[in-house]
Amino acid sequence: MAEIALTAMAHSYEKEPAGPEDYAIRQLDHVWEKGGAYALLGPSGCGKSTMLNIISGLLAPSEGQVLFDGKPVNHLSPRERNIAQVFQFPVVYDSMTVFDNLAFPLRNSGLPKAKIRERVNEIAEVLELEPLLHRKARNLTADEKQKVSMGRGLVREDVSAILFDEPLTVIDPQLKWKLRRKLKQIHEQFDITMIYVTHDQLEASTFADRIAVMYEGRIVQFGTPTELFENPNHTFVGFFIGSPGMNLIDVTRCPGGVQFGNTRFPLSEGVMKRLAETGSDNLRLGIRPEFIELTEPNPDSCPAIVEDVEDLGTYQILTAQLEGQGLKVRLSEDIQVERKQVVHLHFPARWLKLYVDEFLVEASP
Amino acid sequence: MRKVPDNRAWWLVLPVLLLVAFSALVPLMTVVNYSVQDIFGPGNAYYVGTEWFRDVLRDERLQASLLRQFGFSAAVLAIEIPLGIGIALMMPKGGIRASLCLILLAIPLLIPWNVVGTIWQIFARGDIGLFGWGLNQLGFNYNYTGDPVDAWLTVLLMDVWHWTPLVALLCYSGLRAIPEAFYQAAEIDRASRWAVFRYIQLPRLKNVLVIAVLLRFMDSFMIYTEPFVLTGGGPGSSTTFLSQTLTTMAVGQFDLGRAAAFSLVYFLIVLLVSWLFFTAITHMDKER
Repeated sequence: MAEIALTAMAHSYEKEPAGPEDYAIRQLDHVWEKGGAYALLGPSGCGKSTMLNIISGLLAPSEGQVLFDGKPVNHLSPRERNIAQVFQFPVVYDSMTVFDNLAFPLRNSGLPKAKIRERVNEIAEVLELEPLLHRKARNLTADEKQKVSMGRGLVREDVSAILFDEPLTVIDPQLKWKLRRKLKQIHEQFDITMIYVTHDQLEASTFADRIAVMYEGRIVQFGTPTELFENPNHTFVGFFIGSPGMNLIDVTRCPGGVQFGNTRFPLSEGVMKRLAETGSDNLRLGIRPEFIELTEPNPDSCPAIVEDVEDLGTYQILTAQLEGQGLKVRLSEDIQVERKQVVHLHFPARWLKLYVDEFLVEASP
Repeated sequence: MRKVPDNRAWWLVLPVLLLVAFSALVPLMTVVNYSVQDIFGPGNAYYVGTEWFRDVLRDERLQASLLRQFGFSAAVLAIEIPLGIGIALMMPKGGIRASLCLILLAIPLLIPWNVVGTIWQIFARGDIGLFGWGLNQLGFNYNYTGDPVDAWLTVLLMDVWHWTPLVALLCYSGLRAIPEAFYQAAEIDRASRWAVFRYIQLPRLKNVLVIAVLLRFMDSFMIYTEPFVLTGGGPGSSTTFLSQTLTTMAVGQFDLGRAAAFSLVYFLIVLLVSWLFFTAITHMDKER
């Protein structure tokens, strides 16, 4: 087990990167603490797998350092880093049996036979692979192969960390949920540092204590699922986390706050002070669909026309037009709303987030 | 749609049947026909039954030749297959250096067989050949025209030089077809170089190795031109392999009946051994 730190780390697949857009990972500092369960969340191509391969040592970063417990490991191979990694597409050694597949990493480390048998049986039980132990791996189904592949990652006891690269992609939803629970249990039981790459926010929040959201080669926010939901640091986090994502409205400055068309949003003094410090005109106001409220008409409310109502069983999603700006509102089932109806929206000040150049502006203390 | 059985469809098979008949069946049956007759000249043949077969199987010269042949093929396989795998493993994975290696490897394969024989006949000579002269200068008493062991080793070396590249090329293509993910997984699983070879590369080379072993067995078992040019089968009969014995019998002595019987036995041996190899390799790691 180890604490994994990345310092001034950047990676480009180009030999001579010309600008920031040539970097798969732009320069960043990050620490994965010992024994944590982390998720690395982001859309395809944001650099998640690159980051994972750099941590495991399959890839050497073009700049910066990777530290395990404070010691630089840039030039150490995955073998020397003693790290386990489970790949997106299952790799099984198909001339071996399932047992031999699971025993392979242990045999390579020279463990005694009895110990190997014990560990393999333990992991096979957790992953429900026992009936398959003596089958050849080549005849397995896709999800059985994925379980074997995952088992090889979990079977080693003394690893610095276990990295998962979208390990449940080929597994059907029922089993997916079960395996995710299993991973969580294994984490609680053995207290191993685990980093789990996924593009599925639900997967990330059920598995991880803290989630790192990656976007265009950067970690834009690192926090608990609640923090990511309530206080997105970056417009991308707002948009990517939650379903539907955060409403983002382009706004301009006005005295005492920001405005959009004829609608004014007053902002707190602290935020206004910070806003005055920046010269940028790229201002966006964000609010989550969950936090917009329907009220009786009053001086603070904004009238909007309902465009569409989607009933999703336990809740409904309203699409409303406010001066030509589409807004999503999440409402409970029992409120009756019709299309074309005029509703009055209330935006609670504490859930209104101001973004300058896509990053959150927080009130200065 | 209802399927109507119509036996006229069998006519569609006729062209293939004719082609196979003329390319394989008729020549083969001609040989079978010869093998049961004693032929003195056109229109002057007598049916002799299985006499030629019994005769051929009892012939000591043929038995010795067959034994040499098996020894030669075994040596060829034992050297060329591991060596070919080894060369393929050492070759660069891509880029200009890989292309250069491929071209270098392909050169021996492009040389006509009798030219290969001639090259080695000169190359191995003790007076003007670099190889033979060099060995003699180093203090070895090397003379492939006089010493049976030297002759044997020279023929073997020539075959290794000529055909190992084929094995290497086949293995190289097999190795390149292994996805990078397997090497990554092995690296993560801390597999040693040997474990990577034994559990990842070798199992995935199986299919090309079947082809390589069969080709090299059949070719070496039927080798004719190269030793004929290099040693002419000598000294004595130490490098006289089966096909040369057969040619001497059929063309030199015009002993058609015997040669035909011998050909059939020869053919059956090649078929049997190839089948054994194929079955053995393809069943190597079936589910128990």
